[in-house]
Amino acid sequence: MIRNNLISIGEKCLDIVQYIGGTTMLFVKTLAWIPAPPIKRRQILSQMKKIGVDSLPIVFLTALFTGIVLALQSAYQMQKLGAEMYIASLVSLSMTRELGPVLTALVVAGRVGASITAELGTMRVTEQIDALETLATNPIKYLVVPRFIALVIMLPVLTIYADFIGIIGGYIVGVGRLGVSSSMYLRMTWEPLVYKDIFTGLLKALVFAVILCTVACYEGMNAEGGAEGVGKSTTLSVVTSFILIIMADCFITALFYFAFQVG
Amino acid sequence: MNIEIINLCKSFGDHKVLDNLSLDLKSGETTVIIGRSGCGKSVLLKHIVGLMKPDSGQVIIDGVDITKLSGKELNKLRMRVSMLFQGAALFDSLTIGENVGFALYEHSSIGKRQIAKRVKECLEMVGLRDVEELKPAALSGGMKKRVGLARAICINPAIILYDEPTTGVDPIMGDAVNNLIRNLHDKLKVTSIAVTHDMVSAYKIANRIAMLYDGKIIFTGTPGQVKNTKDPIVKQFITGASEGPITNGEHINH
Repeated sequence: MIRNNLISIGEKCLDIVQYIGGTTMLFVKTLAWIPAPPIKRRQILSQMKKIGVDSLPIVFLTALFTGIVLALQSAYQMQKLGAEMYIASLVSLSMTRELGPVLTALVVAGRVGASITAELGTMRVTEQIDALETLATNPIKYLVVPRFIALVIMLPVLTIYADFIGIIGGYIVGVGRLGVSSSMYLRMTWEPLVYKDIFTGLLKALVFAVILCTVACYEGMNAEGGAEGVGKSTTLSVVTSFILIIMADCFITALFYFAFQVG
Repeated sequence: MNIEIINLCKSFGDHKVLDNLSLDLKSGETTVIIGRSGCGKSVLLKHIVGLMKPDSGQVIIDGVDITKLSGKELNKLRMRVSMLFQGAALFDSLTIGENVGFALYEHSSIGKRQIAKRVKECLEMVGLRDVEELKPAALSGGMKKRVGLARAICINPAIILYDEPTTGVDPIMGDAVNNLIRNLHDKLKVTSIAVTHDMVSAYKIANRIAMLYDGKIIFTGTPGQVKNTKDPIVKQFITGASEGPITNGEHINH
């Protein structure tokens, strides 16, 4: 009984070590293949459209409603103190430092991460990835690198977009419902913002993009067991990305707070 | 190109799939490897094209042990070895034309017009016309197999590997695929290796038949020798009898 439990714990630990090793290797190989010619411009642009442009509507809705909710929830307390104008600062800081990057990454992980895993997983189980290799083409160069570059560029861009839309959401509540003047709201939005706030948000977005792409591609490239296996890999890809994104967010926030005192 | 397989071993966990397997494949011949489903035929093919690395043993193609190759050297070899996959493995996101000319678009300095011409030629060789702009999803199983074949011959390979070429197509289309393989062999003089459990196909395309059983090649011979063999294992397989030495101890009738 005890022996079996120990064996099962040992096997799980080995699985985790194997997962970390596999994803790290994939990340390193991806970095190594990026500069290798030819640069697949057409594929990178097509992935940027799929990942970035096609995510605009869902990021718009998520950020807008988050901005509105953030303003409404803080209005509940701020109105008691007669400090409605500070809602603008609260919304802008929360969006740029935290909610913009995290919510965008989670939305993109659900939408794009799942689709990358499902696509690569289907290619794996239908032997298309083997076929690529027999045609003297490296699957990492051909499949992973364009997605990696597209995500690393588009996730920060989507984050800036989400920051902006979230602030508009707050503006709608602050100016339209709580009676703060438009000029005051805009001044209170920009005044507390410093470059570091935007920089930390974008750095988070960059790290989330790396996590999301590596996990999604790793799960896809290692899918096995037909349609059921692809389904399992897709679920695992989204769940793992969600957990790792939130863990990385906590880690980066703590790092900046303790090391650089910027939160 | 001669292929020499020496003492090839491959295990997945505790399951030994290839067990000291040795086989010589002569240049310009079509060798068919027969065996039951799951006996390791596809695994053997994947070793010949370098998709899998053996636990031990060698695969020597024209004097070079390909199990030791990687990167550019392996890719150079792969431009001379083509493979037709069981499900054709066409790239869903590309058109038929882009699929067939894939290796040329990716790895040659030939102009797009010339590649398009070559693609057309290859598609005509497998009996297809005006399908270049279609996506693989628009084709039937038999047509996909033929496109896979066109993709395999597009680079003028010296070796073509066929993984279950007639599986998943109706008998008439299966016969058409067999004829295609024979014609390609006669026209292009390539070394061909096909793995199958379809004996009709094996007799039609093979110069030589080898049987894979229990991780080893237990028999090699011409189609005539296979038909007249006294070997009980080969005999059970080619006659398709459910009872015999292969299924001894298995309860496949229940």
